[in-house]
Amino acid sequence: MSLLRSLCLLLLVAAFGAQGQVTVEKPAIELTVEQEARLAELLPDLRCLVCQNESLAESRAPLALDLKYEVRSLVAQGKSATEIKHYLTDRYGDFVLFRPPFDPRTWLLWIGPFALVLLGLLVLVRQIRSTRRAAVRAATTAKPADPAALKKLLDE
Amino acid sequence: MRYAIPLVVLGVLLTFFAVGLRHDPRILPSPLIGKAAPAFSLPVLEFPQPEATATPPLKSNADFLGKPLLVNFFASWCAGCQVEHPFLMSLAKAGAVTIVGVDYKDADADVRQWLGSRGNPYAPVLADLDGRTGIDWGVYGVPETFVISASGQVLHKHVGALTPEAWERDIKPLLAAAP
Repeated sequence: MSLLRSLCLLLLVAAFGAQGQVTVEKPAIELTVEQEARLAELLPDLRCLVCQNESLAESRAPLALDLKYEVRSLVAQGKSATEIKHYLTDRYGDFVLFRPPFDPRTWLLWIGPFALVLLGLLVLVRQIRSTRRAAVRAATTAKPADPAALKKLLDE
Repeated sequence: MRYAIPLVVLGVLLTFFAVGLRHDPRILPSPLIGKAAPAFSLPVLEFPQPEATATPPLKSNADFLGKPLLVNFFASWCAGCQVEHPFLMSLAKAGAVTIVGVDYKDADADVRQWLGSRGNPYAPVLADLDGRTGIDWGVYGVPETFVISASGQVLHKHVGALTPEAWERDIKPLLAAAP
């Protein structure tokens, strides 16, 4: 994790340059205890778009800090988690969510693995059935051995 | 026949890998394509620098309707912006398209020096000091370039330095098709 983080920081420095980016001081937003809890619950589900495997809760990328501030102010305005996620997906797309929504474009993603397991099971069951059937068929249709041929084999 | 199914599965897997490996995970599709450009109202960075007391005029979406444009989010501190800058200059010189520059989270003095020494391809430069407009436009790393139609719709988004190849392939046809 620490390696990942330092790599990410390195990337950030490369992308944004070590100096230069202006940070505007914004007024602090006071939240109630209940709002803080909602914010804490929401942030880990949101992706930092600069360090793509970090959530907004973890990331210290400038954009992540900006987005965290936006989310904080939306929470302060009393917006619901769904509304806040909409605010972000309207701008950044579903990628900003760590848990993609269940809709026609993501059916394959959500159902695919289960469908594959089911398919595998079906193939397995068919395979087992057909070998068993073949064994049964072989046992019932086997011709009694020809005594003359047997004797010939034993004599050899 | 015996190998038909494994071969088909292998083929499908290889196709997925081939597509997946070509896909750059840092380039995200924009949900804004086909929609009206997000509203903005930003101060114009005037050249030469006006009196410190003068408030700069604001420009918003309505000021740019009527002709297609590129909206280029850039900053003097951004490496990719240095890379694409000469190409933007050549586009501006050829009069190929109007380029509106949005200076993202940048100090006034820095961008003035940057454009002063390299040339200014933008008409005009707007200053997004706190990055709020960037958020509304879904900008996650400058430079990013949006193609906006004459009626103010987002037609295309290019992430990263704009290259002549991307211009010829993705943007020029769009501008030619859009009245």
